[in-house]
Amino acid sequence: MSDSNNQTITIDGREIPFTAGQTIMDAALEADIYIPHLCHRPGLKPHGSCKLCTVDVDGRSASSCTLPATAGQQISSNTTDLNEVRKTITQMLFVEGNHFCPSCEKTGDCTLQAVAYHLDMLDGHFPQFYPRREVDASHASIIIDRDRCILCALCVRASREVDGKNVFDIAGRGSAAKLIVNAPSGKLVDTDIDRDDLAAHICPVGAIMIKEHGYEVPIGRRTFDLHSVAEPGVEPVILRKGKHTDE
Amino acid sequence: MSNKIRVATTSLAGCFGCHMSFLDIDERIVELIEHIEFDRSPLTDIKHCSNTCDIGLIEGGLCNAENVHVLKEFRENCKIVIAVGACAINGGVPAMRNHFTLTECLEEAYLNGVGVDNPMIPNDVEIPLLLNKVHPIHEVVHVDYYLPGCPPPADAFMKVLTDLLEGKEPSLPKDILHYD
Repeated sequence: MSDSNNQTITIDGREIPFTAGQTIMDAALEADIYIPHLCHRPGLKPHGSCKLCTVDVDGRSASSCTLPATAGQQISSNTTDLNEVRKTITQMLFVEGNHFCPSCEKTGDCTLQAVAYHLDMLDGHFPQFYPRREVDASHASIIIDRDRCILCALCVRASREVDGKNVFDIAGRGSAAKLIVNAPSGKLVDTDIDRDDLAAHICPVGAIMIKEHGYEVPIGRRTFDLHSVAEPGVEPVILRKGKHTDE
Repeated sequence: MSNKIRVATTSLAGCFGCHMSFLDIDERIVELIEHIEFDRSPLTDIKHCSNTCDIGLIEGGLCNAENVHVLKEFRENCKIVIAVGACAINGGVPAMRNHFTLTECLEEAYLNGVGVDNPMIPNDVEIPLLLNKVHPIHEVVHVDYYLPGCPPPADAFMKVLTDLLEGKEPSLPKDILHYD
């Protein structure tokens, strides 16, 4: 127990090491084990909102992004049952917003879409919400399309924890919850966000995007044309795509 | 002849792109036609579904009263209904009009739009009334299978039809599964 480097957990029958303080998700990512997730990025404080990373830990369900690893945990993740639940959650995210991939500039580079492919999602199953949410195009180089926002709050955390700013927040209750901008006007143009901020690039869907940089990557060469979302180390690739420095 | 699988197809609030992608199977249609026979379809002159259709391929979502009428005819006459393409599955790009009221859409198109002569919203009884919103087809009838894509690739049409002809549950390999 005293040697924290010798502790292990078992995920789907594979024994992997962890260091004290690591969550199950952190340990899994380090061991190149993919647990589906949308609201988690290594280095940012865990959020626990998307619930895709739910695993079975010693017979109980838990979010692997928030639950600390403790020695001897027996964890199931890649099971038919859990993947079915994950597909249902993904369908809920799709019908809650307006995810018209054919006209979205993030298509092919979108983690939500890639997770849906990974889970073999063919349809939304549930009735569409067809929300009517506000677009904020006030900023010179960044646009917010709230119809595609999945409330993962990666932008909120990136702005606070990495950029040292406080540009975004989630406000409202229940299904009325929405992404807001911390300015008296509520407009992005009245904040100190910069187009090089992490918060401007971290969005896993097509909700926060850099203006005038859509459709730059040929079909067949987009992130998830070339990679599966389950591939180790694919997340930094998406971020680089977001900055349009890869072509 | 009667041993052939009867396939009906239609485009509701679609762009005919899914039908074009189906035809992108190219010469494979020659072999396919040995096993299937088209019933009501934009590709045939048959005006209504016969009640012995095996498969109904539905492209497009629902945007007007006639779409709903046709969709119900397909459901009543086809053993298997397949939602083909993004529009049939979630409303697709036409459902972006749901962001506006129907009145706003009609006024923009027929009264206030650029270059409109003789502004007037069409009101002849022969014209089907638009629905307040565009809807996916599964909100009105039961759908048996979904074929995603805008449009689905030709190989996806081949795979689903081949699976069904062989009496198997249709499945799509990852490389032909996309929504865009």
